Amino acid sequence: MIRPSLIVLAASGVLASFPAAADTDLQALRAEIAQMKQAYEQRIAALENRLVQAESTSTQAKAAAEQAATRAATQTARAGDGKASAFNPEIGLVLQGQAKRMQDVPERMVSGYWPAGHDHGAEKRGASLQHSELMFAANIDPGFRGVARFAVTGAGEVEVEEASVSTLGLGNGLSVRAGRFASNIGYENARHPHEWDFADATLMQKVLFGAEGYRQDGVQVKWLAPTPFMLQFGAEFGRGANFPGTDRNKNGSGAGALFAKTGGDVGASNAWQAGLSFLNTSAADRAAHFEDTGGVEAESFFSGKSRTAIADFVWKWAPNGNASDRSLKLQTEVFRRTEQGTWRCDDADPANATTCTGGVALGDLLTRQTGGYASAVYQFMPKWRVGYRHDWLGKGSKSFDAMVFNLLDAGNHYFADFKPRKDSVMLDWSNSEFSRLRLQYARDRAMMGVTDNQVTLQYIMSLGAHGAHKF
Amino acid sequence: MRILTLLLFAFALPAQAALNIFSTVPEWAALAQEIGGDKVKATAATTALQDPHRIDARPSLIARARNADLLLATGAELEVGWLPVVLRESGNPRIQTGQPGYFEAAAFVRMLDVPGKLDRAGGDVHADGNPHIQTDPRNFLVIGEALAARMALVDPANADAYRNGYAAFAERWRGQIRRWEAQAAPLKGIAVVSQHKAWAYLYDWLGLREVATLEPKPGIEPSVAQLARVRDQAAASRPRMVIRAAYNSARPAEWFAKEAKVPAVVLPFTVGAPAADDLTALFETTKQRLLKSLE
Repeated sequence: MIRPSLIVLAASGVLASFPAAADTDLQALRAEIAQMKQAYEQRIAALENRLVQAESTSTQAKAAAEQAATRAATQTARAGDGKASAFNPEIGLVLQGQAKRMQDVPERMVSGYWPAGHDHGAEKRGASLQHSELMFAANIDPGFRGVARFAVTGAGEVEVEEASVSTLGLGNGLSVRAGRFASNIGYENARHPHEWDFADATLMQKVLFGAEGYRQDGVQVKWLAPTPFMLQFGAEFGRGANFPGTDRNKNGSGAGALFAKTGGDVGASNAWQAGLSFLNTSAADRAAHFEDTGGVEAESFFSGKSRTAIADFVWKWAPNGNASDRSLKLQTEVFRRTEQGTWRCDDADPANATTCTGGVALGDLLTRQTGGYASAVYQFMPKWRVGYRHDWLGKGSKSFDAMVFNLLDAGNHYFADFKPRKDSVMLDWSNSEFSRLRLQYARDRAMMGVTDNQVTLQYIMSLGAHGAHKF
Repeated sequence: MRILTLLLFAFALPAQAALNIFSTVPEWAALAQEIGGDKVKATAATTALQDPHRIDARPSLIARARNADLLLATGAELEVGWLPVVLRESGNPRIQTGQPGYFEAAAFVRMLDVPGKLDRAGGDVHADGNPHIQTDPRNFLVIGEALAARMALVDPANADAYRNGYAAFAERWRGQIRRWEAQAAPLKGIAVVSQHKAWAYLYDWLGLREVATLEPKPGIEPSVAQLARVRDQAAASRPRMVIRAAYNSARPAEWFAKEAKVPAVVLPFTVGAPAADDLTALFETTKQRLLKSLE
């Protein structure tokens, strides 16, 4: 393209250095040059045209090639740069702490109920570190996924909250899980403390399983029906070592659970879920502190069957199903527990003799107890939520031999004719889905004779892997 | 029990009629329907009025995932807060990650806003880049091509129909893109403010310049103080409009529009929003509203 114009330029340069040329010659030359110029310009234009065409096709080809290359590149890059560390599991850490103002009640308990399980220091006065939850999870191979959660308490103890493997879609809606996991009975039980809508566990959960909820060491089988709404059935078989059962050192299943869940949408704005669950387990020498008739601490042991039924219901509303601005969550659960067996008492400390010294059989014990809670949590603007929860427990019925009062003080809280209650209101603020600050006021009347006005200020923060949450 | 069995069969049988496609967001359901026509039944888990980042793993989604033959997701962590639970609870081996029945659209396009540094101090950043890839119509060509191939893999009996369906769609779509590009030429170089960082691909396509976002960090709702700061900072670049998606809360954009005296433009963001019944309407409305705010 450059060469023809150069020739023209060179030619005119030569001519310009010819001052002696005749006028006519000059005219003829000029005409000739003009012709040449024109001809060349036409050819140049044609060449340029062809070049533009060629270029455009090559740009198209190049663009396509580039796109394919970036596609290939992004795919390899996303496959993890070929580093071994790309296969590291998802790691998440939940940091949780609180400051709580409440009465100093020695041997705090829920009147009328057998003291259950353990609680990671949620009931400490003043500032305290709640448990920090460390989570690892990954797909193991195309068939399995593994999850482990460790709770590190403020005192430095490490507890295995969950260590389970599950199948990745067996087909026909079936899935199987094995190891240690939070049982799927009820609604709140399978939720971790950092997912709770209030700073502490419900009274129902505290008396049924202990604040941390019921965990199984065993196997869970779930089947999802091929219906247009959700319909799921599940069964669990486990060791049954946790309250209300005890570790009984036996072959076979120590606790069995059955559950059914159903749910769906109502329009675009509403979603609901309802469930029915049963837990069947047994206890052998399940211990609790009692005072004997002289006010000396003795220990009672229950052995027998424990059956729990739970019904749960959750309703969520958000305008057009968009919960980022406003949303409402209504949640309720009720339970009925029946325990039947025998009990006995003995000294709590061999050095302090009681009426139970040497071990005394107390005869049969049959209890039926009911209770529940209902809560509403409303997000009134982005980041801000308020909530109210009412907890109630029935005094239930207990039948046992009257001679028990010859040995144990009738003033023991277990014998109280009392209906525990608790009302809580909370306000929380979430800067993002990874952080939450909460202020809660609760009027706790779970223990006869104590009305405890509790104020809790709490933080919950998640680091690392973005965990997906259940409904 | 017999009634239950009957019910189950009654529900299970119709699902065999067409390829059951379950999409996380409406745009891929619409694309699959364009390609598959009456050979597929494509539905979406979310609507255009929902924030795709914040979806609950609702029971109805688990039930629908249970019966799906092909799951379409955007990927790039858009659905990370709920899709893993839905997949696990579904007990459906066909649509698990890594299976042919699991399709991630973001794997096929050039990603924008890929963070150089992964730190949540930057807000809800996505390691793989900005996941809102559906705001550039050109992405539907590459994704559609891959999707048609995937549909053919999952449902080989209709492979030809999917190939032809895509070819017809692509030809029509290319023409529309050329037309939109020509009409939207006045938008080139225009300075805009966005509520959420949702439009990287749209701006890249039409040559709009994003001079500020109202959200201080992606996914974090702005306070009035933060909005005022954005207004002061953006003033020098003279933005011509503030843009939000139909699902975004109206307050931040309207506040900014009033303060900065620029129009607030509500774009459909995806199929199903008002005036965006299908893919063509989605971009037609987007282009129209952008042009109108220049008047």
